[in-house]
Amino acid sequence: MQQIQLLISLSILLPFLACVSNVVLNGQKNLRDTVTFIISLITFLLVVMVCLEFNDGNIADLTLFSVMPGLDIAFKVEPLGLLFALIASGLWIVTHVYAIGYMRGNNEKHHSRFFACFSLAIGTTLGLAFSKNLFTLFIFYELLTLSTFPLVAHKGTAEALRGAKTYLAILLGTSVGFQLLAIIAVYFFAGTLDFTPQGVLRGSVSNLQAATLLALFAFGVGKAALMPFHRWLPAAMVAPTPVSALLHAVAVVKAGVFTILKVGIYIFGIDFMSVSGISDWLIWLATFSILAASIIAITKDNLKARLAYSTVSQLSYITLGVALADSLGAIAGGLHIATHAFGKITLFMCAGSIYIATHKTNISDMSGLGRKMPITFAAFCIGALSIIGLPPFAGSWSKWLLVLSAIETEYIVIVAALMISSLLNVYYLLSVVSAGFFGVTVDRENDPSQGIQEAPIFCWLPTVVTAVGCFLLFFYAGGIREFLIPITMK
Amino acid sequence: MAQFYYHFPILQVLIPFVSAPLCVVIGRSTVSWVIAFFASIASLIISVSLLSSVSDGSSISYHLGGWAPPIGIEYVVDSANALLLCLVAGVSTIALMYARDQLREEVEEKHHTLFYTCYLLCLTGLLGVLITGDIFNVFVFLEISSLSTYVLIAQGAKRDKRALKAAFNYLILGTVGATFFVIGVGYLYMATGSLNMADISLRLNNMESNRTVQVAFAFIAIGMGLKVAIFPLHAWLPNAYTFAPSVVSIFLSATATKVSIYVIIRFSFSIFGKEGDLIQDIFILLAAPLAIIAMFSMSIVAIFQKDIKRMLAYSSLAQIGYMLLGISFFSKSGLTATFVTLFNHGITKASLFMSLGAFVCVTGGSFLKDLSGIGRRMPFTAIAFIIGCLSLIGVPGTAGFISKWLLVEAALGRGLSFIAVLIILSSLLSIIYVWRVIEHLFFSESKLKFEHSKISFRIVIPLWILSLSCIYFGLDTSLVIDASETAAESLFDNSLVAE
Repeated sequence: MQQIQLLISLSILLPFLACVSNVVLNGQKNLRDTVTFIISLITFLLVVMVCLEFNDGNIADLTLFSVMPGLDIAFKVEPLGLLFALIASGLWIVTHVYAIGYMRGNNEKHHSRFFACFSLAIGTTLGLAFSKNLFTLFIFYELLTLSTFPLVAHKGTAEALRGAKTYLAILLGTSVGFQLLAIIAVYFFAGTLDFTPQGVLRGSVSNLQAATLLALFAFGVGKAALMPFHRWLPAAMVAPTPVSALLHAVAVVKAGVFTILKVGIYIFGIDFMSVSGISDWLIWLATFSILAASIIAITKDNLKARLAYSTVSQLSYITLGVALADSLGAIAGGLHIATHAFGKITLFMCAGSIYIATHKTNISDMSGLGRKMPITFAAFCIGALSIIGLPPFAGSWSKWLLVLSAIETEYIVIVAALMISSLLNVYYLLSVVSAGFFGVTVDRENDPSQGIQEAPIFCWLPTVVTAVGCFLLFFYAGGIREFLIPITMK
Repeated sequence: MAQFYYHFPILQVLIPFVSAPLCVVIGRSTVSWVIAFFASIASLIISVSLLSSVSDGSSISYHLGGWAPPIGIEYVVDSANALLLCLVAGVSTIALMYARDQLREEVEEKHHTLFYTCYLLCLTGLLGVLITGDIFNVFVFLEISSLSTYVLIAQGAKRDKRALKAAFNYLILGTVGATFFVIGVGYLYMATGSLNMADISLRLNNMESNRTVQVAFAFIAIGMGLKVAIFPLHAWLPNAYTFAPSVVSIFLSATATKVSIYVIIRFSFSIFGKEGDLIQDIFILLAAPLAIIAMFSMSIVAIFQKDIKRMLAYSSLAQIGYMLLGISFFSKSGLTATFVTLFNHGITKASLFMSLGAFVCVTGGSFLKDLSGIGRRMPFTAIAFIIGCLSLIGVPGTAGFISKWLLVEAALGRGLSFIAVLIILSSLLSIIYVWRVIEHLFFSESKLKFEHSKISFRIVIPLWILSLSCIYFGLDTSLVIDASETAAESLFDNSLVAE
């Protein structure tokens, strides 16, 4: 076994080890959380080493075993998956620190179960990122749903259970109902499920069949939260905030759009989609999803719900990038996975910090809080600006590329829609910031914000780190773009 | 040794058959258990060795008493029945490992030896049906297994008196089925003058339009349909599975219906295979719609069950729909899918009934409300239950996924993409009924005081053997799929039906 293969298997395996260590070290909470922290550091380093090896031109291809002829459990490194793995494992470190602060500060129960499932979810995400074929990807996709279910239902209240049920029903329902059917059909038509540059379907299916398959994938990958199958994401907001931050802003939802990207680029092939026009309808649906979710976000007073709808809207940017069937659009989608991850995780962690410090969840109650918690609200502001797409923050680049791609493919209406969406973003995100800093508390006598202070350091430090990340990523986005260019080449 | 090996086909059936009266003679519970257990292991070893020797597509023919067929009785082993022999003997062994402790809870002490006797007879019958190449012999073994099954189900009376009614109900319907079957055998004998399967198959050449033969097929199909519990002939099954002792539910759900389906396949392809068109019509016009109705209606009924044992029984009825559907595609891939489903669903359902039995040991009831919060008290059993559930749904990495995959592929192979959609849709229903239980196991507060929430390792070990094999056969599929493909191929080569 070559070094890089060892690195891949170790990086997937280590989070599972963290899951075990969390169960075993149930009683000693400090030791348990330190061990997980160290494991998360090592995992990240391993992924970085995979990245370095890959840049040296080592091709990593690892087949574990074959389930049926043509159905292998296999891993292979390619730029898109590597980017996703880097983000997931890197942000795991930050979120783990945050989660320690949140779970202890908030007196949540069942810490061991929580951290065990959390590590499990990261492990499956890494497996998904490195998948060589659709079959392996599907296995990890389902495992990710199952391992995050206990996290969503963590509080065990009736509300949490209801949310978790919606979560599971939609994710499992769409994946078994549509995606599995699509995968079997691809296998039937193309005879292979391997991710191949330029796709595998060209020439073996008619346009109608291809369009049907694309629809099955677009709706079957429920994690991409394309309307009308987006309900699970707001429902999952009953989970503790670290879960919403890492899993429902990064790992799970990005696993969805990552799958869409992979399917679009490596199963259908950008050229095939572009020539046959099978993805035209998806452009309009994704645009609708972008605008509708933004408008719903405005109506939400609960901060996490608003952020959830914002995520639904942002995910459709990536779906749109694929549907435009243009190499620039695909790269914009890949880049958006990275930039949105940093922006949205900052916003969620801020929402959690506010909850810990004040136990407030509604935006209307947050007037004036920014003066008490300046660090948190400053970080929120940076995250918001990045999501909106203003320089000098990371989000501006992916939006820029997406607009360019829309112009290149001559969808001027889409350009307008993207602009409108940005304006809506400004409205629903910056209104929180302005309320926080400039809002006046009505009742000065019994000022409810008295005695409120900044959240514990375990909570605000990670938010600062990711906020700085949003800023730094602005300068390195070009490098990521260069890195992603090979995915659409022949 | 070679001589010994030569007699394997008959020893397979003979060992449990002879052990059965031995249990009665000795009359002590523990000793009977040991006898039954070792008889079952012997059958398992023999069936595995038989499977390995026919896995290349060959077949073994054994002449009983040295009388050559078609006069004498012939036992035939090919990969079709060898795979199922392994399933029956394997599940029987694992169920017996589990039976020792479970029986103390569920069956009166004085009946234990008789229980093991009937269990062995039932095993004999099922193995015999599979291995014989003589149609009257099929009837004889069928009755041996059925009669002992009625007794086994009635043993559930200690826990719930309704077991007696369920057993009686099954007795009536089972006897009707067996009678139909033997009438069919009679007609077939009338038309061909032979009872040997291979011989009949030859003699049926050019008899497509013979009314007697057609009637024979109708009687046999309906008689076996009752035994399989094909919708709408399924009325006996839910009660029988619900009120029987757990050991019996495990054994029956994994084997009895599967063996009957095997008989249908054997008759349709090996014997009536030359009648291709007629049978194909019957399957496509009659069996396939019934199968699809069963897949949906039984799953929906399962969603509303409060008793989990009954829910599993309805889920079995839905799964029978899948197996029947695979046959009615009338293609090699469809038949392969059916064989794989027979096997994979067998182990899946056995593991589910087994973990449920362990819960019942502790809680005293199998209703949803009894199981509230028990997952936190019995995590090992509950995780095994979840694995079984995932396999039932068909989550990738489990045995159930493989069978569903093959079935959908077979449907696409026949160009029936809407049926592929229906298969997927009906598996969505299974998510609903299964998840309801899992949620109760882990997330609701228990209202009961548990007398003793520790269960013995003798229950946990067989349970985990089954659960892990649900995963194992989902990952290493070559064994089951290869045997199924060889089976499907050999069955198809005997018939004229074109792929």
